[in-house]
Amino acid sequence: MRPVAIIGIGKTAFGAFPDRDLRSLAVEAGQKCLADAHVSPSQVEAYYLGNFAGPSFVGQNHLAPYIAGAMGITGVPCTRFEAACASSGSAFYHGVSSVAAGLNDVVLVAGVEKMTSQTTPKVTEILAGAGDTCGEVRAGATFPALFAMIARRHMYQYGTTREMLAAVAVKNHENGAKNPLAHMRKVITMAQALNGKPISEPLTVFDCSLISDGAAAVLIAPLDRAAEFTDKPVKVLGVAQTSDYVALDQKDDITTFRAVVTAAQKAYKMAGVTPQDIQFAEVHDCFTIAEIVAIEDLGFVKKGDGGPYELAGCTRLTGPLPINTSGGLKSKGHPVGATGVGQICDLVYQLRGEAGERQLARHSLGLAQNLGGSGATAVVTILGAV
Amino acid sequence: MKSGLVYTETVVHAAPEQFIADAPYQLAIVSLEEGGRLTARIDGERVVIGDRVDFVEDRNGIPFFRKA
Repeated sequence: MRPVAIIGIGKTAFGAFPDRDLRSLAVEAGQKCLADAHVSPSQVEAYYLGNFAGPSFVGQNHLAPYIAGAMGITGVPCTRFEAACASSGSAFYHGVSSVAAGLNDVVLVAGVEKMTSQTTPKVTEILAGAGDTCGEVRAGATFPALFAMIARRHMYQYGTTREMLAAVAVKNHENGAKNPLAHMRKVITMAQALNGKPISEPLTVFDCSLISDGAAAVLIAPLDRAAEFTDKPVKVLGVAQTSDYVALDQKDDITTFRAVVTAAQKAYKMAGVTPQDIQFAEVHDCFTIAEIVAIEDLGFVKKGDGGPYELAGCTRLTGPLPINTSGGLKSKGHPVGATGVGQICDLVYQLRGEAGERQLARHSLGLAQNLGGSGATAVVTILGAV
Repeated sequence: MKSGLVYTETVVHAAPEQFIADAPYQLAIVSLEEGGRLTARIDGERVVIGDRVDFVEDRNGIPFFRKA
């Protein structure tokens, strides 16, 4: 297997952009990425696109060649990957696989979602399509409801509190306020987070990530060719995608995402590192409870210790293990299909020392965790500075 | 009649389009006595984790349970 490097990144701002369509967002991210690596469209050997629900949100299918063509990329495999909120994490996993296997050298991996043209109840309904529509969803489950039930059980088993959930939101907004590409660049107080409008008890509006438009792209190539394109390549040390049942009620223990645990184990093994070696991470905080479960499942803390760890400030920019320095899905925004590749871009900003006000002192080894649905898909990626 | 224990629950305030008229409503994952788990609606009094619940009826394919 050939070692793989990230040779370029490109992101749009995440936010609500009524005058932008899905394709223009994806094209902007792709072109920024190609420019970052000084690569022309004719050099791209494959285009892998993560997108959850373009057909439902904007009525467009056959998205990968639709977007690639607009960038002048034709005559190569252009494929859309759908894995709920892990769509572009999955596209990245498969892109790396194809380069590692030697099938392709220069692969553009992207993610996009255009969500804000629909009403919130309609978005809620479309997102619910990532659950089991013959079971939990038919009974009235929404994604906030599924994660609210995870939160309730986590609270019951481990004593996690509302304050611990709120601490995640406050910290991520603190980071997002420093990110020029974030959707909601404002700090919130603990009191605000605790007293938000209820969405699905015990979660309030401040426990939920944002409904956003946006796109992100990364360009990958064999590590031994990286120097042709960039003087600041980032090495893909480990990447793994795993799965679990779609329905929450089929999982034995809903306080852990088994797919995350197994993907992490594989990625750590591939990278030859342990959870304690990781210096910073972007984790999938679609809801505040999801960040707490993630840092436990990734092995950063013991099961049940995630809440107290967050409340103690250990995951802040100044803490021993900064989590979601980008602001996370909570503040940066969560254009579902763009999130996985967006996280990879955010790791790369840190690894290259380009994270501005959010730049960490220790920035040579980072991890990204992308979750689909209530844990039916997980992708864990470990990146290192070269 | 199916009975079970509440494994977890939530009260949904922000409902999807087709259930807006029902909100707020309580949803629970019930660990059934006969084995397995089921996502169901709770009829009547609110329940918490560990409460015993009995099956009431299916309404439009949605199982409803009530506090025992």
